[in-house]
Amino acid sequence: MIKSEWFFWLVGAVFIVMALQMMRDTSNPKRFTSAAFWGLLGACFLYSTGVTQKSVPAEPLGLAVLALICLGGFNLVGRGEPKTTSEKERSALAARFGNKLFIPALTIPVVAMVCAVLVKKVSIGGRPVLEPGSETILGLGIGAIVAVGVGMWVLRERRVSVPVHAGRGLLEAMGWALLLPQLLSVLGTIFQAAGVGTQVRTLTESVLPDGQKFAAVALYCIGMAMFTVIMGNAFAAFPVMTAAIGWPVLISQMHGNPPAVLAIGMLAGFCGTLVTPMAANFNLVPAALLELKDQYGPIKAQAPTAVALLACNVCILYLFAF
Amino acid sequence: MIVLLGVLVVVLGFATRRNPLLVVGVAGIATGLLGGLSPDDILRTFGEGFASSRSVTIFAVTLPVIGLLERNGLQQQARTLVTRLGKLTTGRFLALYLLLRQLTAAVGLQTIGGPAQSVRPMVAPMAEAAAERANGGRPLPERLREKVRSHSAAADTVGVFFGEDCFLAIGSILLITGFVNATYHTHLEPLSLAVWAIPSAVCAFVIHGGRLLYLDRALERELITVNAEIAVQTPGDNSPRRIAGGTE
Repeated sequence: MIKSEWFFWLVGAVFIVMALQMMRDTSNPKRFTSAAFWGLLGACFLYSTGVTQKSVPAEPLGLAVLALICLGGFNLVGRGEPKTTSEKERSALAARFGNKLFIPALTIPVVAMVCAVLVKKVSIGGRPVLEPGSETILGLGIGAIVAVGVGMWVLRERRVSVPVHAGRGLLEAMGWALLLPQLLSVLGTIFQAAGVGTQVRTLTESVLPDGQKFAAVALYCIGMAMFTVIMGNAFAAFPVMTAAIGWPVLISQMHGNPPAVLAIGMLAGFCGTLVTPMAANFNLVPAALLELKDQYGPIKAQAPTAVALLACNVCILYLFAF
Repeated sequence: MIVLLGVLVVVLGFATRRNPLLVVGVAGIATGLLGGLSPDDILRTFGEGFASSRSVTIFAVTLPVIGLLERNGLQQQARTLVTRLGKLTTGRFLALYLLLRQLTAAVGLQTIGGPAQSVRPMVAPMAEAAAERANGGRPLPERLREKVRSHSAAADTVGVFFGEDCFLAIGSILLITGFVNATYHTHLEPLSLAVWAIPSAVCAFVIHGGRLLYLDRALERELITVNAEIAVQTPGDNSPRRIAGGTE
């Protein structure tokens, strides 16, 4: 049986290998702290296996996470000059390979889907091939590995080091931001443990008349959007609003379909992202890149769509999730 | 009630644009302490939360293949594909780009586009070129150029937001499963969430695509007004130039 933990080890190992490469990359002014960040992250991936199996204590891992926060938070993670192709070379390569370039990229979702839908049902000697419950995640991992193979074959690339280097370039370009979604998820867990969700629920219950499904749905979606406008990030709003209304009221009390409630709730948050200057990378950066005089130009272009889509999300959730 | 101050820390932290990692760290510790957790409990919660939300970060495993393709011209090829759609009006072109952006994001290729990769070098110039063609080849007035550029950026953002969640390995989908599975001890599959992103994706295409098509009519109307004003002003406009020409 292929287990999801094996895949987490692979990801951890990739981080560690890339960290070792970074340590030797003299073009990176922060090479040692960068290597420490990615190496520690890789080690955390490996150590986590023990934590989920309760064979090792979780406290050292918590300490390591705080160390990662400090390394990233105090701007100690940098990037080197990646050795890659020039714009001109890329155009020539694009002309040579044409639409074949899309084949490896499309391999990932295709393999992931096949694993999630078909391989899920296959078992050898009575044991399933893929660990039950982790089929999609394993599909993604298998898809990524297959795609590297397909890509190297399509592009006539013999050296495995080339995709590893290219991947490290992207990793360095993303920097600590890569870790943010996971940390927001961790924050959600802490909020839950400290009772934030219960408190917001008490607040909402005093606002919300009992059993009013439409009001509850609207409050969840609009709350997601409003929180996102304030924080500039739907990922940060999600754990709070879900612990407050999404899970206890819409799912537990009113028996909503969990995937529908949660997926649409997140999309309602995205409507908020469209209209907030707090989401600088989506709204202010394009205005700067396009040399607009009105830095709110993109927000103005997006606002009517955001309002209409928020209404759509409320309706979809109300009509189809229960 | 006092634990809600933790939410306030997050709000203030993001609002004052502090480093998000530090905001999360400080808010986590503060909330834990306010909620009556011991420092030991807080560390353990950080650790257990990390261990059970690892799936959020595993999309990193797709970076080598995306990097390999980018260094071999993936973005350039995407540009070529879009350029073939060249002979279009501004609104139709942007609506097509919206569709393309949604579809590529839905299969996990959200890094193909973006304000720096595609909007500035390719989408905005093409949308402007189409509007200038509609204006008889004359350059656009400043206000309309801003409008066309803003809509180019918006088409990209709306497209990626309401396309990417149909892909099961995107951060937001994995965040949902990571958070919910860890917090409520349940089991949600990324695929079942991704499927529920499709209705909103369709709505986004219909609403925003419709607005982009309407943009053509709005541009046409405004261009007529602007050109009429210019026509009225033309004699006055031209005379100084003629005088200037005469003194040469």
